[in-house]
Amino acid sequence: MRVPAEHHQIPPRAIGVETIGMTMRFGAFTALNDVSLKIEAGAFHVLLGENGAGKSTLVKCMMGFYRPTAGQMAVEGREVEVPDPRAAHDLGLGMVYQHFTLVPSLTAAENLVISRADVPARIDWKSERAALAAFMETMPFSVPLDVPVGRLAAGEKQKLELLKQLYLGRRFLILDEPTSVLTPAEADELLGMVRGLTTAGELTCLMISHKFREVTAFADAVSVLRRGEHVGGGKVADLSTAEMAAMMIGEKELVRPAARVAMNGAPVLTVTAAKAPDRSGLKTIAIDDLHVRAGEVVGIAGISGNGQMELMEILSGQRPLAAGDVQVCGTPFRATRGEMRALNVRTLPEEPLRNACAPKMSVAENIFFRDFDFAGGKGKFWLDRRRMAALAARLIGEYKVKTASPDTPIAALSGGNVQRAVLARELSGKVDLLLIANPCFGLDFSAVAEIRARIMAARNQGAAVLLISEDLDEILELSDRILVMSDGAIVFETPAAGADIGEIGKHMAGHH
Amino acid sequence: MSLHVDEMTGLAGRTGFLTEAGARRIEAALLPLAALVAGMAVFALFLALLGKSPAEFYALVFKAGFGTAFSWTNTLTRAAPLLLAALCVALPARLGLVIIGGEGAIVLGGVAAGAVAMLMPGLPASVGIALMALAGMAVGGFWIGAVGALRHLRGVNETISSLLMAYIAIALMNHLIEGPLRDPASLNKPSTAPLPEAWRIGEMPGIGVHWGLAFGILACILAFVLIERTTVGFAARIVGGNVRAAEIQGLPAGTLAIGFTALGGAFAGLAGMVEVAAIHGSANASLAAGYGYTGILIAFLARHNGLAIIPAAILFAGIEASSGLVQRRMDLPDATVLVLEGMVFIAILLSDTLQGRIRFLAFLERRLR
Repeated sequence: MRVPAEHHQIPPRAIGVETIGMTMRFGAFTALNDVSLKIEAGAFHVLLGENGAGKSTLVKCMMGFYRPTAGQMAVEGREVEVPDPRAAHDLGLGMVYQHFTLVPSLTAAENLVISRADVPARIDWKSERAALAAFMETMPFSVPLDVPVGRLAAGEKQKLELLKQLYLGRRFLILDEPTSVLTPAEADELLGMVRGLTTAGELTCLMISHKFREVTAFADAVSVLRRGEHVGGGKVADLSTAEMAAMMIGEKELVRPAARVAMNGAPVLTVTAAKAPDRSGLKTIAIDDLHVRAGEVVGIAGISGNGQMELMEILSGQRPLAAGDVQVCGTPFRATRGEMRALNVRTLPEEPLRNACAPKMSVAENIFFRDFDFAGGKGKFWLDRRRMAALAARLIGEYKVKTASPDTPIAALSGGNVQRAVLARELSGKVDLLLIANPCFGLDFSAVAEIRARIMAARNQGAAVLLISEDLDEILELSDRILVMSDGAIVFETPAAGADIGEIGKHMAGHH
Repeated sequence: MSLHVDEMTGLAGRTGFLTEAGARRIEAALLPLAALVAGMAVFALFLALLGKSPAEFYALVFKAGFGTAFSWTNTLTRAAPLLLAALCVALPARLGLVIIGGEGAIVLGGVAAGAVAMLMPGLPASVGIALMALAGMAVGGFWIGAVGALRHLRGVNETISSLLMAYIAIALMNHLIEGPLRDPASLNKPSTAPLPEAWRIGEMPGIGVHWGLAFGILACILAFVLIERTTVGFAARIVGGNVRAAEIQGLPAGTLAIGFTALGGAFAGLAGMVEVAAIHGSANASLAAGYGYTGILIAFLARHNGLAIIPAAILFAGIEASSGLVQRRMDLPDATVLVLEGMVFIAILLSDTLQGRIRFLAFLERRLR
């Protein structure tokens, strides 16, 4: 029974929403499998899950950005269809994103008015302003209306995003990690306001979060997704954070650490009291003490956006330090080409095609990036194309890179083969320090196994390996020692043998 | 592609008559040529709408540009500065920088050469010519190198800043030749003092074209060798291909950007010096003849390849050389050839988006697999 969205009256109070058997497949991949959730009217409900668990897919299905392969939505107990975001809006459903969607050069008042669907061609600002003032009277909080939004602090902007949804008459709000760009104090203020609105029965809220602290402090119910399935949930009051972490991460005992030879090497990489601004410029990445020994894999676990990528940039010389220093084998290291060559430092950034290759250049040329200007202990001026061809022929064979020819542009290769070509370039010769970020992201099973074996082989030959990964299985499989990064700092350290998954999960979620 | 995986592995680069690299080279040559023809066809339509005969127009262009020994001399004389101006676009382009203000380096290079001749007229001719060339290159290199530095150090868009700096350069030239560097004897057309006769660059024996053409061709060959055959050029191509990958490899992307913009600017500055020493005999407002802008078109047509710039520059030199004859014979304004150039340029920019998408070329690729 379909309720035509345009005739649907949004009630002036919180509404309850339900998904029934929601399933979403992309080709052969099932992102979401038979997920049924019931979010009561006036609830503050949290959706928990690791990266790739299907949280975004679920809310995109609810908001009409995706058409689910199977499954239904119900609003206020009646089945509805949501073919597009506009239909969701008509039903009173709205979404606040991780990043701001306001126009920075316009004032808050202007942003609010132009966001309406029925904004007239000529805006009568006088009456609009009066209407806005009346609306603000009814709100439990306010923001400066006449200042360009670009000048507001992040917390104020996120409050305005929330106000915008209320102004548009939304009664069910999806918040997608709304606090990731806020300071803890701003986050508490914002979530406190949402909590107030839900308690008053004005609003229902479904929030995606990784942070247990926010869940226990503000939410009343949780649902946990893992690998696209709804694996559990309940009232926050009935659950401990350890139980939530266990649901989120699942049974990890199946992952056995890779075979390894015992090593007891000297420290190769040492980072001391390093400080640098993060990508947003609002927070600081602070690494007090990080060292990686020869023949050791140190895995850095963490939920994305907690400073791991900035750490990688610091180590690969792309983010200048404000304080502290990085040393390799006891000498200061700024990742110049000469230092990397002299100290045998190799870097494998995430998304190799985007970060480690020139997509339009050939496979042979890409494989030559590390060696082209240096051979036999001397710098070279002339490009030795015969040496390039020989190197490419050898490494393409050794690393089983599947390519039509060495002259094929590297962008034409599959993801696994791009990563094989980059590994071939970076792992050939003597390696003393290997810096890796998310090496297997988006690759198929067999490529993953092979690439992890290559990394273990490098470690077993004495390389110090720093592995930054959002895939906890990968960290558990490869690491000798596991560190957890949260909010720009290393907050937890444990030997991989006998590591307590629950502890790791809690620290990843910022609860420590 | 239903080939067995093993056949795809390794070095199956050569099957049949063509290598994959060969096919790509054919595509790289065919696309701009097709764009050139398409641009000329659209222009023919434009002429037909004006009631003029396209056939007559192209016949005139051919006659005036390439039909006789005299027209070849004229064309090659115009080609000399175009070769150098195109390099000012092509070299930075290999690093992913779009520089369109080569005109500024040309006029200032010319003024610098004129100033050398004015300030040190007593020097022996060979020293004087070398000094003029060096001064032109230094000033041009500084001018465009500054654009590269602004880009690297402050993130200023190089396309806009190079264009704006060209306006500044032309204003600066006017100030200098009408003020401090003006020869009091130049009455109608403010100029620097005429070069001593021995300082003029003469003609190459036999073909009636000045030595600037040889400089230009030599510069194109050097640029080709630098980009394609040296490690410095390879590093520059990595930066152009993906600056993040270059930084991860520890390559000095900023230094390379400044170096290649400066080198491009030096070539454009040399073009200005050649114009002063071979054509005008002193630095004056004729230096701002638009060679810098035609150079943009030539570099794009040549896909920023030094060797391909040579025929592209000669072609456009011929088209521009025909402008006077077209004006007289067909009663068309002399801006007509600029319309043609604009249409060809748009066709070339469009052709870039077609790379790898054309059926015939896909067929060539399939033959390889």
